[in-house]
Amino acid sequence: MAEGMELPLYEVFVRSRRGLDHKHVGSLHAEDGPQALKFARDCYTRRGEGVSIWVVKSSDIVASQEEDAASFFDPSNDKPYRHATFYRLPPEVKNL
Amino acid sequence: MSEYRLSDAELAAAFQQRVDEERKIEPKDWMPTAYRRSLVRQISQHAHSEVIGMQPEGNWITRAPTLKRKMILLAKVQDEAGHGLYLYSAAETLGVAREEMIEALHEGRAKYASIFNYPTLTWADVGVIGWLVDSAAIVNQISLQRTSYGPYSRAMIRICKEESFHQRQGFEMLMPLASGSPEQKAMAQDAMNRWWWPTLMMFGPHDAESVHSAQSMQWKIKRRSNDEMRQDFVDQAVPQAEHLGLAVPDPDLKWNAERGHYDFGAIDWDEFQAVIAGNGPCNRERLAAHSKAHREGEWVREALRAYEERKSAAGPGEEAVPPSAERLRIA
Repeated sequence: MAEGMELPLYEVFVRSRRGLDHKHVGSLHAEDGPQALKFARDCYTRRGEGVSIWVVKSSDIVASQEEDAASFFDPSNDKPYRHATFYRLPPEVKNL
Repeated sequence: MSEYRLSDAELAAAFQQRVDEERKIEPKDWMPTAYRRSLVRQISQHAHSEVIGMQPEGNWITRAPTLKRKMILLAKVQDEAGHGLYLYSAAETLGVAREEMIEALHEGRAKYASIFNYPTLTWADVGVIGWLVDSAAIVNQISLQRTSYGPYSRAMIRICKEESFHQRQGFEMLMPLASGSPEQKAMAQDAMNRWWWPTLMMFGPHDAESVHSAQSMQWKIKRRSNDEMRQDFVDQAVPQAEHLGLAVPDPDLKWNAERGHYDFGAIDWDEFQAVIAGNGPCNRERLAAHSKAHREGEWVREALRAYEERKSAAGPGEEAVPPSAERLRIA
């Protein structure tokens, strides 16, 4: 097969049980969404690891760049008052 | 998007620091070219081993002695395929295409574990592979769960969870054989005699002679040395063999109370080198079978591509006519 002729890449997310988030488990090549779902079931849930699977084309994922993390996340790092531990309260005050 | 303004030396230092701090390296991080190359070599070799490893065991699926054993073996061989796929995906995150890896395998540029170049002559071999070969693989794979490259480490964690069944089913199926009729016991012992030494070779050359080891340890791709892992394996396998009543085919094997480990005899490295070089009992057969399966699957891949092209030509929202329906209409 010539280069660039591979089937599209899909990322696979599995929810292990109701009430939990879908979690990224890996990737696979498939021709389309329904086929990716079947492949994901066969490859990533052979032992009842999931109750639901999402597949999404890797090329459709928009990702932040880790090397930009410092500037990208900057606005949230200089606001310690957003954390509960920022506030010093007298120890005798309960339930806060 | 930021541009790199750091020199290669600075990037390399930051990379090594991240590795030293046990922070994982992820696909989009800067990494030394040789680190990437090393990983592609090791992960693809690992993936090929899983897939080629399906052959010696697959050999016995149709002749498993009971339906239970047949279903277990099918599940195990299917797992090996799955493990291969996890690993190919991990390698692909490094920018190498699946097809390139397969090509390298077929052209002999990529290796796979030398153990799979030995034949499975009897049913007992299937048990010994599960018990010994998979035990050895587990010792290595447990250490690789801590490898520095994120996708490889995550694949290893998933594989280790599944691998334990392989090892246990092997031991369990050897129990009745090893305590059965004299013929059955002899069959189990014969399998043990043939697989013991090749299994010890799976860990690779002694630390002093291992070509890739030092750099791989510094980059934490590899976490434990070949000799350390080999010793661990021997220490756990010997009491298990005793439990089965099988003799370890090594006259020099004995407990060393001072070291707290078993001492064992010299490995025949000439045999190891010969098998690596392509001259083991089954090298040609294994590669030929893989090439043949790949070639014979080409029409499926071609059909998938044709279908995909037709679908994208039809435009979004419109269903492409499945090739079979189209053909019917023409007829």
